[in-house]
Amino acid sequence: MAKVTMNVNGKSRSAEAEGRTLLVDWLREGLRLTGTHVGCDTSQCGACVVHVNGDPVKACSVLAQELDGAEVTTIEGMANADGSLGTVQQAFQDYHGLQCGFCTPGMVMAASALLKENPQPSEAEVRHYLEGNICRCTGYHNIVKAVMAASGQQVEPVAAE
Amino acid sequence: MYDFELVKPKTLREAVAALQAEDAQALGGGQTLLPTMKARLAMAEQFVALSGIDEIKGVCLDDDGRICIGGGTTHATVARECAESYPALASLAGRIGDPAVRNRGTIGGSIANNDPSACYPAGALGSNATIMAEGPNGTREIAADDFFLGMFTTALEEGEIVSEVKFPVPERARYEKFIQPASRFPLVAAFVAKFSDGVRVAITGASSSGVFRWTEAEEALSADWSPDAVKGLTAPDAGEMISDLHGDGAYRAHLVKVMTARAVAAA
Repeated sequence: MAKVTMNVNGKSRSAEAEGRTLLVDWLREGLRLTGTHVGCDTSQCGACVVHVNGDPVKACSVLAQELDGAEVTTIEGMANADGSLGTVQQAFQDYHGLQCGFCTPGMVMAASALLKENPQPSEAEVRHYLEGNICRCTGYHNIVKAVMAASGQQVEPVAAE
Repeated sequence: MYDFELVKPKTLREAVAALQAEDAQALGGGQTLLPTMKARLAMAEQFVALSGIDEIKGVCLDDDGRICIGGGTTHATVARECAESYPALASLAGRIGDPAVRNRGTIGGSIANNDPSACYPAGALGSNATIMAEGPNGTREIAADDFFLGMFTTALEEGEIVSEVKFPVPERARYEKFIQPASRFPLVAAFVAKFSDGVRVAITGASSSGVFRWTEAEEALSADWSPDAVKGLTAPDAGEMISDLHGDGAYRAHLVKVMTARAVAAA
């Protein structure tokens, strides 16, 4: 076991980690930040996406000890300072971009990473960027609409609807 | 996943030394190795994380005009930094996995693993790249032609690390892959590269012996750089292709032709 310290959502946080402890387990069990979900645990579904030093990564496929000293943002860090929903979160609510909500933390983290890199993505770019995030409820259309809305663009009826 | 001790060297020399320990294994970006360890298909007492070694990260140009990519460079970095200098390679890197995977997975890890369906082995073999391997006895240069020895097998010795991969830049090149929809790995993919002295064609995903050069297509394309030159060829022997529930050998052999022609058309 080793003590691992990261800056999580703007605060310095520490917890113990074994060699094998994954970032997602360190966040959920070490810090009790259970907003980040474990879906497939094989880096396919994207429910565990968080930002590490600004970039989205799958927290189920990174070791906590490797990230000692890193800056991490989780879904708990996405709300505004007054506790109201952040832009991407609000858009997911407005456009019904979720049903069961299990994939939503990863979707929001991936979508906000996309908008940082590409503030006005096309619908095709949104769909391509989210290819590592799986949703089994919505059929993706409302998620794509939410991301388009969060980028300040007009939300058109999407293809195949 | 069984527990292990994680070592985090800061320099290549420290990493090579750490790998001398009994039952020690290198850990690159972990996007393949960690899922494999979770499935208990891989295990060591000690893993040596390469992610903290700055000297094997980044892209530069050497005196011969080759693009030199540090073994610890992520796919996302290659996609970004080679977009102008080697667009075909940047495009290959930018289509591996998904954005989150590309922020962790590295070129050195992909090449050292030599998954028969991985993208980078085709890019390295098709580009006639040189792989730099760092080990206890110093640095070795290994031509891509001598590096990929079969499914999950390379010329790397025990304890060696891919420190850098050097890519000559072709006049024209392109990577085209036919994606297996569930895994997103290529079912079959072709990397074509036209150099002043000839054409190279590397195929991944298809053969049960891993990435290979399709020499018949190289000869045909060296004489006539066009998709039609490929269409007239006989497909590789279906018996040597991977045959599984996603596609049998004959289907993969056919795809080899299709993807090579598409790559030439798009180059």
